[in-house]
Amino acid sequence: MKKIKKIKIRLNGKFKFVKDDTNLSDLLKTLKIPLKKVAIEFNQEILDKKKLNKQILKNNDKIEIVHFIGGG
Amino acid sequence: MEAVSLKKDKFVIAGRNFKSRLIVGTGKYKSMSQCAKAVKLSGASIVTVAVRRVNITDKKKALLMDYIDPKKITYLPNTAGCFNSKDALRTLRLAREIGGWKLVKLEVLGDKKNLFPEMIETLKSTEVLSREGFKVMVYCNDDPLMAKRLENAGACAIMPLAAPIGSGLGIQNQTNIKIIRKQTKLPLIIDAGLGQASDATIAMELGCDGVLVNTAIAKAKKPLNMALAFKNAVISGRQSYLSGRIQKNLMGSASSPLKGII
Repeated sequence: MKKIKKIKIRLNGKFKFVKDDTNLSDLLKTLKIPLKKVAIEFNQEILDKKKLNKQILKNNDKIEIVHFIGGG
Repeated sequence: MEAVSLKKDKFVIAGRNFKSRLIVGTGKYKSMSQCAKAVKLSGASIVTVAVRRVNITDKKKALLMDYIDPKKITYLPNTAGCFNSKDALRTLRLAREIGGWKLVKLEVLGDKKNLFPEMIETLKSTEVLSREGFKVMVYCNDDPLMAKRLENAGACAIMPLAAPIGSGLGIQNQTNIKIIRKQTKLPLIIDAGLGQASDATIAMELGCDGVLVNTAIAKAKKPLNMALAFKNAVISGRQSYLSGRIQKNLMGSASSPLKGII
C-alpha cells in the first residue's frame, strides 16, 4: 500500500500534520472556518481569500487565522 | 426650540455620522451575551474589538459577530497588546482583510504595567496607516504637542487617555484636555481610565466629542445598569457643554430677588 506523505505546517502557532498537496481552501473547510469572519496570513503575508484554493501547502508553511474578539 | 439643538449636533468621524457619542469596548465581560446586552443599553454606535487567533480546536466557541451584528454597530478594530509599530500595522491590515474595515483604533503600548502609549511608534504607525488609506483614531497621551503631531500625520480622531487603561481614576489632567480641545477641530475622544458615569460627563463638559469606555462598564457590579448610566452621562455632559455654563464666582449670588422681602 502506498504510504500517504505528510507535511508539517504551523497553524496559529501550533504544529499540524497535513496530507501532502493539500490546498489551503481544503484545510480551512476541514477546520470549519467561517471564511467571512476571518483574515488569513500565509507566511507573514495577507492572503486574498478568493485565492485560497490556489495555495498548495508546503512543509514549514506558517498560517495565521484571526478574527475579532471582545476588546477595549 | 432650544431643546432640539442636540438633534442637529452631529458626531462625525472620518466623514461618517454616528448617533451616539459613547463608544464602548467589548472586553472583560462575563459572557458574550452580557457584553451584547450592555452594548445595546449603552446605545453605542461604535464598539472596539480586538484581533486574535481563531480557536482551531474549539469550534463551538461563540463568535463576537454572532452576538453583535457588525452591520448594525460599527466595529472599530484595535491594536491592543501591540508594543511596536510593526505589530500594530500587521494587526490592522489583517483587521481590514476580515471585512473591509478602514476605520481603526491605533494603540501602541510602551509599558506593560502602566499601559501608557509608546508615542514615537504611535506617530510612525499613524503616518503609515494614513498613507495606506486607513482612517486612524489614535490612542495617545494627554500631550497637546503630540496631539498636534498626530493630527499632522493624518489621524482622523485624537483619543487621549484620562488615566491608565482600566484604572478607573477619571480624568487626571483636565487642563491638557482643554488645551487639546482648543487646538484641534478633529473629534476628541477620551479613551481609557474612566471609572464612573460622572467621569464621562466631565469629559463631555470639557468639550470632548465623545468617550470610550470598557472596564468601567464591564467590571461594574451591575454592568448593564452602568452601561445605561454612561449613556445618560454622555448625553447629559454634551448638553451641559452646549448650554454654556455660568461663570465661577468666589462669592454667593442669591437666587431669590431681594425686592419685596418681608
